[in-house]
Amino acid sequence: MNLKEKIFASFMTLEESREVNSNLHQIRNHAFNHFEKNGFPTKKLEAWKYTSLQSVLKNDFTVFPKNDNTIELKEVKAYFLHEIDTYKLVFVDGKFNSFLSQTTHEGIDVCLLSSVLTKPKYQLVLENYFHQIANKDESLTSLNSAFAQEGAYINIPKGKIADKPIEIIYFSTGNDASVLLQPRNLIVVGENAHVQIIERHQSLHGNPVMTNAVTEIFAQKRAIVDYYKIQNDSAQSTLIDNTYIAQKQESIASVHTFSFGGNITRNNLNFYHQGERIQSNLKGITILNNKQHVDHYTLVHHAQPNCESHQNYKGIFADQSTGVFNGKIYVEKEAQKTDAFQQNNNILLSDKASINAKPQLEIFADDVKCSHGCTIGQLDESAMFYMQQRGIPKNVAKGLLMYAFSNEVLDSVKIPELKQRITKIIAQKLRVNLGFEL
Amino acid sequence: MLKIKNLHASIEDKQILKGLNLVVKPGEVHAIMGPNGAGKSTLSSIIAGKEDYEVTEGEILFENEDIAELAPEERAHKGIFLSFQYPVEIPGVTVTNFIKTSINETRKAQGLEEMPANEMLKKIREKAELLEIDRMFLSRSLNEGFSGGEKKRNEIFQMAMLEPKLAILDETDSGLDIDALRIVANGVNKLKNENNAVVVITHYQRLLDYIVPDYVHVLMDGKIVKSGTKDLALELEEKGYDWIKTELN
Repeated sequence: MNLKEKIFASFMTLEESREVNSNLHQIRNHAFNHFEKNGFPTKKLEAWKYTSLQSVLKNDFTVFPKNDNTIELKEVKAYFLHEIDTYKLVFVDGKFNSFLSQTTHEGIDVCLLSSVLTKPKYQLVLENYFHQIANKDESLTSLNSAFAQEGAYINIPKGKIADKPIEIIYFSTGNDASVLLQPRNLIVVGENAHVQIIERHQSLHGNPVMTNAVTEIFAQKRAIVDYYKIQNDSAQSTLIDNTYIAQKQESIASVHTFSFGGNITRNNLNFYHQGERIQSNLKGITILNNKQHVDHYTLVHHAQPNCESHQNYKGIFADQSTGVFNGKIYVEKEAQKTDAFQQNNNILLSDKASINAKPQLEIFADDVKCSHGCTIGQLDESAMFYMQQRGIPKNVAKGLLMYAFSNEVLDSVKIPELKQRITKIIAQKLRVNLGFEL
Repeated sequence: MLKIKNLHASIEDKQILKGLNLVVKPGEVHAIMGPNGAGKSTLSSIIAGKEDYEVTEGEILFENEDIAELAPEERAHKGIFLSFQYPVEIPGVTVTNFIKTSINETRKAQGLEEMPANEMLKKIREKAELLEIDRMFLSRSLNEGFSGGEKKRNEIFQMAMLEPKLAILDETDSGLDIDALRIVANGVNKLKNENNAVVVITHYQRLLDYIVPDYVHVLMDGKIVKSGTKDLALELEEKGYDWIKTELN
């Protein structure tokens, strides 16, 4: 039985256990049919031209991981932002782990998607938000929609400010030889509300894991959403991250993606504007080595006048690592006075590393400011010589230069402890001791 | 301190230095002058260890050790400092953090402990004052958006922090207005003692009014063709270089 057949059988099993007379049932069936028809994406699709999942899909993934997986806090503490107090939603092999989590219903909801899917009191949330902006033409998103059972549900009501950051962490224990995880997050940030969220997928072993995650985020009028994705997983972990963000007028949504590890990582990051004077920020630092691969596939859909979007992605590629940056900016006819900016800078540290960069601007309005820039280069030799002349050894000089290169993106991280943590990971990844507190 | 014997060097098969000799002793100030393209900047790059150049013949001894095979940072650790004609911008790294890294890496290589933070701070303050550098300046990204004068002042500030045995000032006067020139020269003079040496590479005599050389050398076509005292610099200023060419022929 190949993976697709296995998924089919698993879906049937799952459906038997679920309520059939509901909208949800409809959604799942539609989604599954769509996946079944289209299958896993291949390099024949323009959107997947540079990223092949073929080697990953050879694994005999378990679709329903074992249930009895426990982990101790001390094993995983390092993966939390433990320097500060946070809300935590922790999942182990796809199941919620209450012991490691810290949820709340006081003023704000930091809880579980399974509640939204099954409890009558969340009926309206389900109808208004679930599967509303996830792309129904994207087969992996459909696959997730068909199987979605668990994940984070966060609701920050009108005028509320989440009093501390929220961490969403998915661990996999390796108790199964290989697993396919399909977490689903739903985040609703009300008018004038504000939230900071950190998401991470972490495997605690060397077995293959494939995570196909879908996150839907709704930013209402004047809401502020700061979302941070930390991707520093083990060499056998593949992540397909599908994130969809709908923004109402004057909201500000920022997503920072830090890609430092994993096998194949694909970030489908989509912003949809549903009002005026919206700001969208997409920032990324990618630092890869060995044979790691990261594909940033972004879309900003400007549909209304006077909105801004800023994209800034930095990439450093060593060894045989490969990167893709495909940034699409779509400006509808109505979206006059759009200010869209896209920047993608890359450094290749080896002859065998590569990056495919493709800006894609589709502009139908005539009074807009859209710009894009892309650079691919090596480390600046004259800067290296300058630093060496000042007694700084070559490897430290290299690290300092690369740190300097990515620093611009780090600057906009609003949680100081997170910024420090990322800086540390960068220093480790670059194998350099920077010798001063950043 | 520095002995250069019959140095031949090339870049991409183009011969630039063609048998250069130079001896610098502790306590001395040397000026190297010459027309454009004579090889002045090549000489400073080669002493500092830039890899683009190939030494095809001759040797460079620093304190009687052949340094031709040493990496730039190893030469720096031994006490060679080059003030760059065009200092490089490094966004995201502040002047203070850069100099801290520089000093502590140098100390590490010399088998010393890191400099204690309070001592470092004190020294930074002292040297910044010497070069009339404002404290705000120290927390800016290294050379980013600095004016020409600020860049050069920052070079001499780093020199003051590192206290090298041999300082090579490559066209330090270019891009400086008269006030900045005075500050920079004053800084260099205050750092000067009988144990260290300075090599000033310059086009113009102007800087030598402030940093007075013991010897002036004329570098032409890859060789030192004439040496003299500071009066030679004045003569060059007045007459240019052509008369030397004629003299040589």
